[in-house]
Amino acid sequence: MNRVAVLWGILFGVWLLLAHFSTLFLVFGVVTCSVAVYVCARMGIVDRESLPVHLLWGSLGYIPWLVWEVLRSNVRVARIILAPRLRVDPSIVHFRASQRTDLGRFIYANSITLTPGTVTTGIVGDDFEVHAIVQEEIDGTEENTMNRRVAVLEGEAG
Amino acid sequence: MMDQLLSVLTWALLLAGSFFFLTGALGMVRLPDVFTRMHAAGMGDTMGAGLILLGLCVQGGVSVVTVRLVLVLAFVWFTSPIATHALAKAALSGGTRPYTLTGTDAARGDESHEGGGATSAP
Repeated sequence: MNRVAVLWGILFGVWLLLAHFSTLFLVFGVVTCSVAVYVCARMGIVDRESLPVHLLWGSLGYIPWLVWEVLRSNVRVARIILAPRLRVDPSIVHFRASQRTDLGRFIYANSITLTPGTVTTGIVGDDFEVHAIVQEEIDGTEENTMNRRVAVLEGEAG
Repeated sequence: MMDQLLSVLTWALLLAGSFFFLTGALGMVRLPDVFTRMHAAGMGDTMGAGLILLGLCVQGGVSVVTVRLVLVLAFVWFTSPIATHALAKAALSGGTRPYTLTGTDAARGDESHEGGGATSAP
């Protein structure tokens, strides 16, 4: 029930950000958000996975780090592309991720894909299949750091 | 003075964002196959869009518009990896072999190696 209220709050907050303030639109917002939340609750999709509020605190530390990683890998890929002689060594790598929940794996897989140079092409259980533009991108310690950080993020929630 | 400083910062961010978009576009042309090109496209999605929206935030000043711009960025950063993943998955299940230096295919080890990674670097 609590989670339903949080969902309604988020939806209405976004509505307030995007709408202009007149009574008509505020009423529309209340009605729309209520209907949307009711439908979601009835479908039973308001749970830890769809609304991971328990990750909010941990993500405050994770997101800035991820942005920094994205910046660094952007520069690396830009250097590869702009180099006079194109040096790509693409490969598909399999490795085990240490997240315990599907949500944790989802966050890890998306983080991998978000950083240019690596794309998650498949997940079976905890086996990740990742395509990297140069092999070093995936062999390095950075992927391990990300793996550990996502596991911590997920673990904090317990 | 402050206005000029903000304008300079905006221009720097917009140009940096454009640089990443341009480099991504160049990568689309230079890189050998669909998988490596996805990495180039990812640059525009992440840093290109990010820096340009950040530049607009600086120009707009702190207002509700800033929050909307950040919201736009959040949506782009949340959805683009999913699109990229879907693209990669579709290409793999469609039988596209990733280009590799050796011409062998690590992902589908069961297939014959001849012609693996059909395209070659330009």
